Amino acid sequence: MLRLEPRPGASRLWTYASPLLAIALTVGLGVLIFLALDKDPVRALQMFFWEPLKSKYAIGELMVKATPLLLIALGLSLCFRSNVWNIGAEGQFVIGAVCAGGVALLAAKDTGGWIVPALLLAGVLGGMAWAGLTALLRDRFNANEILVSLMLVYVAIMVLTYMVHGPWKDPAGFNFPQSKTFESVTKIPRLMSGSRANIGVMLALAGAVVLWIYLFRTRAGFAQQVGGLAPAAARYAGFSSRRALWVALLVSGGTAGLAGALEVAGPIGQLTPYVPAGYGFAAIIVAFVGRLHPGGMVLSAILMSMFYIGGELAQSRMGLPRSITGVFQGLLLFCLLACDTLVAYRLRWMPKGGR
Amino acid sequence: MDTYALLLAATLNAGTVLALAALGLLINEKAGVVNLGAEGMMLCAAIAGFAAVVHTGSDLAGFAAGMAAGAALAAVFGVLVIWLGTNQYATGLALSLFGVGFSAFVGIAYTQEKLPERLSFSWPILGDMAWLGPALFRQHPVVYLTIAMALALVWLLYRTRTGLVLRAVGESPHSAHALGYPVRGIRLLAVMAGGALCGLAGAYLSVIYTPLWVEGMVAGRGWIALALTTFATWRPARVLLGAYLFGGLTMLQFHLQSAGVQIASEWLTALPYVATIVVLVLISRNPTWIRVNMPASLGKPFHPG
Repeated sequence: MLRLEPRPGASRLWTYASPLLAIALTVGLGVLIFLALDKDPVRALQMFFWEPLKSKYAIGELMVKATPLLLIALGLSLCFRSNVWNIGAEGQFVIGAVCAGGVALLAAKDTGGWIVPALLLAGVLGGMAWAGLTALLRDRFNANEILVSLMLVYVAIMVLTYMVHGPWKDPAGFNFPQSKTFESVTKIPRLMSGSRANIGVMLALAGAVVLWIYLFRTRAGFAQQVGGLAPAAARYAGFSSRRALWVALLVSGGTAGLAGALEVAGPIGQLTPYVPAGYGFAAIIVAFVGRLHPGGMVLSAILMSMFYIGGELAQSRMGLPRSITGVFQGLLLFCLLACDTLVAYRLRWMPKGGR
Repeated sequence: MDTYALLLAATLNAGTVLALAALGLLINEKAGVVNLGAEGMMLCAAIAGFAAVVHTGSDLAGFAAGMAAGAALAAVFGVLVIWLGTNQYATGLALSLFGVGFSAFVGIAYTQEKLPERLSFSWPILGDMAWLGPALFRQHPVVYLTIAMALALVWLLYRTRTGLVLRAVGESPHSAHALGYPVRGIRLLAVMAGGALCGLAGAYLSVIYTPLWVEGMVAGRGWIALALTTFATWRPARVLLGAYLFGGLTMLQFHLQSAGVQIASEWLTALPYVATIVVLVLISRNPTWIRVNMPASLGKPFHPG
């Protein structure tokens, strides 16, 4: 029978090969799903892996969706590396969007360009405050951060719903639950004409570089991660686990809030109940598939963005439900976790009865 | 009819969904496995159960389909976590994310479906009592089954050898292994039992409680059920009480709304989630208390040999 044998050390090859194998497995399962639904798998795969890369406009769209995913995943990777399980990034994203939206609504036609940095800052602070709540309850009362951060997602969505149904509802909006469209001065500057991609892409990439330097080139970044790898060693070295908790949650809240701000003041342009699009949850997968490494997450954010766009195209052109995106995201994470076994173990064929 | 009788009846009904799921999760947590996939399992079971009733017309088939769906997903989770040693949190999360997507994907075909007329239940004699009848004795049989199950679980966990072994596997898998018990097999069974109960909860939700299929209809109940096991310090009877408490809270929200209390409905909808946080804070405040009651190897992988 097949046996798993521990490797003497983590396999370098499989550290990189396992995400690729996971993607291959997910694609394989995807083909089976398409066949089961009586759809042409080749055409379906085209929707996911070729159409999003076909034109300059398509690549712009790819970046529009990859930006929030990457930003959130950067923060989450810091959490997961520090053994802090923040799974409420979706809530921090929403609160960031609400705060940024509040600032954007203050703008008039003649407001200066300072409004954009101001609303981005509001988003960051909002996300940090929301995540800080989780950090506070964990630090002060030992409440499980997984459950608290997740419950706060539902509360955050209720805050957004309340704002767009109540105080911030557009009086001229035919009673739709949405705010008025933001003034054009609040629009996040675009990278180039003919594409919706904005400077958020640059912010996310810069964030990846900063995270890389922090994680691998600074003492503080090292201290931050030791607690996740070996809590006892961290205590012995005098690295504060409370500090690590707060840093991880505030940073990830900040990046999620920034993503929310960029989203409402960028592609969306107003507050609506459709602001929460699941980026906060998808970013968890981005972080794991990208090996919690800034470079890896750039690639996995693009991959996950392809899943989103492919899902939309599969809906409009092939009549497949858009929720297929969620199925693939979940499958990818499952496959990755299974494949990761090969990093620490090797498969060995053992004749029956032998040991 | 008395409003409070109706409120109590609705509380029992709403609490049943949470109680079933939380009792299931309690079983696998007693064996040392945390399954964060409850939300996903409940959603998949909800659509499986709903679809089964649409096609067969039998509620029992719906419950069976829900339990099978929950157990099957839990088995996948179990094999990954127990044999491949994957991280329990990450794997559970994967199950939840997958479940949300998969149920929405399959459920598209059923969003317009309606179930046949639901039967109403009443105990003979007891159901005709003045106030207590409508309050307590006109529920679906699953409501009473849940109470019976909680009592049975108390007996099973603390009065039988099976329960002792299950707890041993959760407290000290190495000792259980040394005594010759198949730790991984027992854990897998516990995880599947947990999945089956989460599945029953999901199916009850879509087949009896709502009865409708709406995308994402579990609405965090899986996560609340996870919090309930901590809240109950891993005791079945307290799980049941906690579930009714939260069921009552969700019902209070409708009650206040219909009573014309001037609060925006959004804040009332957020109430159960806020309450979960408050309760978690109150219960976790004392780390020693949690540590004493928590299965010692909860969340930790076990490798024999």
